[in-house]
Amino acid sequence: MNTEKPKPTHPLVNKRKLEDRRRFLRTVFLAGAAIGIPLLGLTPMARGWESRLRPPGALDEKDFLSSCIKCGQCVQVCPVLAIKLDDIDQGFGIGVPYIDSRSQACDFSCDAVQCILACPTGALTYHKPDFLGVRPGAKMAQPPVLLAKEKDPEPTLNLAERTGLAVLVRPESCLARQGKGFKGAARGTDFKGIMRFTEVDRWKPIPLKDHPFDVEVCDLCVRTCPIKGAISLDSVLGDDGKMIKSPVVHEPCVGCGVCEMVCPTEPTSIVVEARKTWGVA
Amino acid sequence: MSRYFESLMVMLGREPRKPTKFTSAADTIHTLKRVEKVDWVAQKEHARAHRAQGKPWRNRRWAFLIGINLLFVVSFWLDIQILEGALTASRLLGFHMIDVNSALQVMLAHKHIIVNLIIGTGTVVLLWLLFGGRSFCSWVCPYHLVAEWAENLHLYLAEKKLVSDHTFNRGVRTVLWVVFAALAWVTGYTVFETLSPTGILSRALIYGPGLALGWVALLLAFEIFYSRRGWCRYVCPIGLTYGFVGVFSPLRIKYTLNNCFHEGDCRKVCEVPHVLEIVKKGRASDAIMDTGADCTRCGACVDVCPSGALKFDVKGLSKLV
Repeated sequence: MNTEKPKPTHPLVNKRKLEDRRRFLRTVFLAGAAIGIPLLGLTPMARGWESRLRPPGALDEKDFLSSCIKCGQCVQVCPVLAIKLDDIDQGFGIGVPYIDSRSQACDFSCDAVQCILACPTGALTYHKPDFLGVRPGAKMAQPPVLLAKEKDPEPTLNLAERTGLAVLVRPESCLARQGKGFKGAARGTDFKGIMRFTEVDRWKPIPLKDHPFDVEVCDLCVRTCPIKGAISLDSVLGDDGKMIKSPVVHEPCVGCGVCEMVCPTEPTSIVVEARKTWGVA
Repeated sequence: MSRYFESLMVMLGREPRKPTKFTSAADTIHTLKRVEKVDWVAQKEHARAHRAQGKPWRNRRWAFLIGINLLFVVSFWLDIQILEGALTASRLLGFHMIDVNSALQVMLAHKHIIVNLIIGTGTVVLLWLLFGGRSFCSWVCPYHLVAEWAENLHLYLAEKKLVSDHTFNRGVRTVLWVVFAALAWVTGYTVFETLSPTGILSRALIYGPGLALGWVALLLAFEIFYSRRGWCRYVCPIGLTYGFVGVFSPLRIKYTLNNCFHEGDCRKVCEVPHVLEIVKKGRASDAIMDTGADCTRCGACVDVCPSGALKFDVKGLSKLV
């Protein structure tokens, strides 16, 4: 039996080899971490993206996330500061703009959809490139007419597609459907949201709390809607067979979210469902 | 040309090589340095005694870096609209400026390029072509600044023997650059942007802090306790992208062999010491040399050099003036 020990190598050489090997392993580990950790950005997708309402003119969600350069120029031009940027918990959605309508909706105070003009990459755009398809029901039948500039030579917003659609999700809490009126500040006196009332100031949005309402049957969502013909208070057949008043959303709704912001019930009776299209269940 | 190629290869991760050919000027200086030993010591001592104090280039650079980032902040907060947006993309007085690496991620992920994106990226490429590529890193990137502070802490702890620097193979940055580009193309998401501390910090400054700062804190902890300047040296694809932009840049750190005492102070303070391999005894192939593409033009070596061997310089400008 051969009991002879292997010839010892020079200790220095051994040490250097060892360090080289450690360095190599460290490097492999670093590379793995640097690739693996950003891919964690996929996890919000795995549990289903939070359906964020994107600013007007946003491409479809996947295209929007890939084309947005996360610079926030849209945030900076918005006169009502409706646009916010997402955080790292949204994975690849980090730095991507969204609108939380309930706290501050887009009311098109800017008249020209400034965020689209500000976007440097075409993530928000008037003209979607041809190779990107349009989801059924996303396309507006006509360019939406902005009530604030209805008398202007060019009364429309150049939006080709809607960002979402208003839906009366809690009809049971809707004041109009209960035949109730509303008096006071729509969202209370602590609410910080602002919006433009053309009858107050055509160019300057004011705090919603400074514009109290007094209506016999609540129609706040209808009277504040900035788009012509997007929503109306109609007589509909109630659950008990009687005719009642109810807000009804029509095709011109672009999904701006003003109705969700002003709805005085808590929680809101009407919401804008992001990405929802017209005529599609 | 071969010198540009050499500097590119070193940036991509190859170890610097000993030169095989020397210009006659360099040859003469190397030979004289070997011969005139006595004089040499006296000169060194004289230079050390009279070296400029302070860190003028660091101060200028910090002022510029903080100034640029503050300009972003006040443009939004005070609504003065000079520099709108964030470091990933902005408008300077209305002109599009788009970060080259962010633009690359978007182009690869989205596979559709609009005119504004080209204009903005082209402007920035031209800008950094003139002003030295990775100058972006040390003169603009907000992460660079906090990483410098982290580096000081690391060096302090290392001196106390509480931490030690773990190095990596520099080639890993090149591999990661390719992987991040490929991931953007394949997944259709701007994968790298999720982790980019440059974008995160820039947005946090302008739009307010968020959870993402936790990631930046982790990176800094990694650099303080484990690997000196780990992110900037071994990972960040933004640095490499601007490195490519700056390969032929006229703005450089100029190395004058004749003035050098080969003491190596510069390599101790350098973020990318492989670009200063030329200052080792017998390694400069010419009497005047550049530090090369991976150099961030931070000027730390200029500040620390006792003998004026390393200076900021614009190639060709001295001939014109």
